[in-house]
Amino acid sequence: MHELSLMMGIVDQLRKSAAENNIKKISKVMLVVGEMTMAVPDALQLAFEAFKEEELFQNAVLEIRKEPVRGECKDCHHNFGVEDFAFVCPNCSSPNVRIASGRELYIDYYEGD
Amino acid sequence: MVKVRMATPVLQQNDEVARENRKLFRKKGLFVLNLMSSPGSGKTSILERTIEKLSSRLKLGVIEGDIYTTKDAERIEKFGIAVVQINTAGACHLDARMVQPALDDLDLNDLDLLIVENVGNLVCPAEFDLGEDARAAVLSVAEGNDKPAKYPLVFRESQVVLINKIDLLPHTDCDIDQLEKDLKLINHQLKLFRVSARLDQGFEPWVQWLEEQVNLKKKLSASQ
Repeated sequence: MHELSLMMGIVDQLRKSAAENNIKKISKVMLVVGEMTMAVPDALQLAFEAFKEEELFQNAVLEIRKEPVRGECKDCHHNFGVEDFAFVCPNCSSPNVRIASGRELYIDYYEGD
Repeated sequence: MVKVRMATPVLQQNDEVARENRKLFRKKGLFVLNLMSSPGSGKTSILERTIEKLSSRLKLGVIEGDIYTTKDAERIEKFGIAVVQINTAGACHLDARMVQPALDDLDLNDLDLLIVENVGNLVCPAEFDLGEDARAAVLSVAEGNDKPAKYPLVFRESQVVLINKIDLLPHTDCDIDQLEKDLKLINHQLKLFRVSARLDQGFEPWVQWLEEQVNLKKKLSASQ
């Protein structure tokens, strides 16, 4: 359950950015979470609830966009969806595969007044 | 209504401190290993065996991550090497900001190898860069064959997996060859070592690898 510490980082960034942009109330936060991060969306939602007492987040909805795990073969440059975390190129069978997506964990944007 | 685009990584603060730690380790020519596993897989026992074999060859230091207790640090202190305890007070992992102040309690000039024993947890520690040079995961055969598939990140992010408790193999359903194949599917560059900390088996290749890394880091640091 490290989602609470992740969420503390997220709300810190939001507080700072909201102050810079003179935003008093946030209505929506879009978070991007790769499927190869160990952050569980439900646990992130639960952690976000803990900050709802704060005026800035009172009416905020947390939306999470999941990014699937994709690999790119370093030998034949084939880009493919990784299933069951098997990092083997389906085109040339090379195990020399870079993670092209799925490790994302960032705030894409937020909306507020 | 205003829409603000951020695209800031959530772990940015941690990663910045990790970079500072890494820079310091490079300056000191110190090799740092982050040791991770689930609770009870044998991290501390492996650490004890490793210290026994390397303490005459290298100057070792240990940072012990634990949620509340100092039990592991007490076990390590008996070997007469420098130990610093970090109690995370509930947090399920170490992060770079917890490690940074602990470094002040060690004489980094007098160390060749620093091993950070992370909090016992196969999920969360994998997400946090501490500034280490390498990550070693411990997986015991008693935990079952399905662990790589269930917790892929820790194995993808590690350079080494120590498969521990091989003395228990006859009493488990673990297919160790299949286990190694599954690990290699997640990360084909993984170095795998089969060990039994209890019976002191299989440690020589592992400590040799570790010593090579320490010497490599020293050379790299001296040439800069």
